[in-house]
Amino acid sequence: MNDETKYFLTRLGIYTFLFTFVLWVIVPIIISTLYAFSTRLDYYNMNKVIPTHFTTEWVKTILFTLGGWQGIKNSIVVALMTIGISFSLGIPAGYAIAKFIFPGKDSIKLSIIALRMFPIPVMAIPLVILYIHLHLIDTLFGVALAHTAMALPFVVLITSSIFAGVSKDFEEAALVFGLNRFQSFLKITLPLALPGLAAAAMFTFVMSWNEVFVASILTLKNRTLPAQILSIMAGSSGGAAPPYYKFAAAFIMTFPALIFVFFARKYLVTMWGITLK
Amino acid sequence: MVEVRLEKVTKKFKELVAVNGLTLTVKDGEFLVLLGPSGCGKTTTLRMISGLETPTSGRIFFGDSDVTYLPPKDRNISMVFQSYAVWPHMTVYENIAFPLKVKKYPKNEIEQRVKWAAELLQISELLKRYPSQLSGGQRQRVAVARAIVVEPDVLLMDEPLSNLDAKLRVMMRAELKKLQTKLKVTTIYVTHDQVEAMTMGDRIVVMNQGKLLQVGPPTNVYLKPNSLFVATFIGSPEMNIIDASITERKDGLYIEGSGFVLRLTDDFRDLLRDYIGKDIYLGIRPEHMTVRGVSTLEHVNKSAEIEGLVDFVEALGTDTIIHTKVGDNIIKIKIPGHVPLPIGENIKIEVDLDNVHIFDRKTEKAII
Repeated sequence: MNDETKYFLTRLGIYTFLFTFVLWVIVPIIISTLYAFSTRLDYYNMNKVIPTHFTTEWVKTILFTLGGWQGIKNSIVVALMTIGISFSLGIPAGYAIAKFIFPGKDSIKLSIIALRMFPIPVMAIPLVILYIHLHLIDTLFGVALAHTAMALPFVVLITSSIFAGVSKDFEEAALVFGLNRFQSFLKITLPLALPGLAAAAMFTFVMSWNEVFVASILTLKNRTLPAQILSIMAGSSGGAAPPYYKFAAAFIMTFPALIFVFFARKYLVTMWGITLK
Repeated sequence: MVEVRLEKVTKKFKELVAVNGLTLTVKDGEFLVLLGPSGCGKTTTLRMISGLETPTSGRIFFGDSDVTYLPPKDRNISMVFQSYAVWPHMTVYENIAFPLKVKKYPKNEIEQRVKWAAELLQISELLKRYPSQLSGGQRQRVAVARAIVVEPDVLLMDEPLSNLDAKLRVMMRAELKKLQTKLKVTTIYVTHDQVEAMTMGDRIVVMNQGKLLQVGPPTNVYLKPNSLFVATFIGSPEMNIIDASITERKDGLYIEGSGFVLRLTDDFRDLLRDYIGKDIYLGIRPEHMTVRGVSTLEHVNKSAEIEGLVDFVEALGTDTIIHTKVGDNIIKIKIPGHVPLPIGENIKIEVDLDNVHIFDRKTEKAII
């Protein structure tokens, strides 16, 4: 086998892999989108794989009759609150871990990760009881707090690696040229860390958007989208929902997240013509 | 513009003593170079003057005011960093204007000063660009412009040229020196490059292992090093250091080493009285020797002669370095011009006795 064939085969291998991977991700999204808008007849037609008649009935029903729209709004509020709380707590922690040496630093880092090993279902009942006592049960703020607890370890670790990537010379230059430590953080380090922080925010958003267990046990009326959809699909309204409803629900879950990622994507890669890790 | 005074400044990082009891005065408007190998404490010294580090003990004064514990922003200093530290999220203009904005200069004055600094460093065309669109040399200029735009009391430079390529470095060396002469700002410049130190400094401070070894004008430090370390650190090719001993014979004092005997003139007797019969290090710079019959030393009062064997010849174009075997020693001789000596040839080496250095074996301090 000569070098040219080898090169060609390697390329072929890489592209086959990439192609398969993309299919693996995109096919379920396409199929659930198609079935979400399929008419009942087309869906149950054994001779049709791809439906040809479409309706928006299922999506509309979930959104406007079964509380999906309210769920989306709740989810966005919870996700934004989660980002807000976990960032205001996580950024200082991440900065401290990145820039300072202090006693117990390594064990703190380890315990932050270890926190994630704790299975949440074990905590379910104590958590609900605690929330009832604190009057946080069935509130969006309560869900956001729980999501913060889940997202915070990652926010701390991600932001610390982002801050570690911003050279300390930039900050020291700011100190020399007239700023105090806090100002130099705000004016120099934070803007330079922004692309990374945007990525961390996206991560937090997606985590909160997807989270269903905690949201389900902590809320009854004020449900986030996944919790609301779970209760619809599991048949709290009497009997399990037909499959095209499930596809419609999947579509409703995926679509806003896709749009969000699509717009946030460019902030991940470049800013001011430079790529920051 | 101000005088900077360090009094017994010590900095420890846990057990490590980075700077050890440094006392030093930088005169108003002077260009002072801190020179030493990496890890000698020169950068730590600079950072303490800037306020980015606080001394473990000792005091730092700017003029009459004690700034030891003052944060950097209140010292009216500027600094050029080794990595330039030009902020990537600001344009060149914004970078240069930043110190002025922080100090709340009026808007039109900011504009004037940025223009002035940019013209001085020939970067007027680059003001709208981002640092990522600039070359290393241009970024360097932006860093310098940002440092001088506020007219600081003290300008600190931490190996500012070490990231530039050789050609650019030589050019910037001259430009920085000219700029400093024009602005007359008290400047403290850290480098490990002895050529930079020699060419730029009004005075050089040689440091090693946290201690100040010698302070003085470049030529003084070069011609009269006070220790073995200073003698070998400055100069290229470095000073020949030869194991030898002082002996007394009927007709006077001699320096004896492997393969040579140097007769010293009588005026050395007083200086070397305590070392008669003892081992010393003999130091001779390569340019303070010549090969008889090839060239002659200029302005020499007293000289002595030793014999050697040509071992290797380095032709550098402007100079020739002749590695000569004298006994067990290899002695380098630098002669101007091109000198084609055949390897293995016996030569007579003339040594300029006015520029001979003798160091104590134990303390490594200079005796002469």
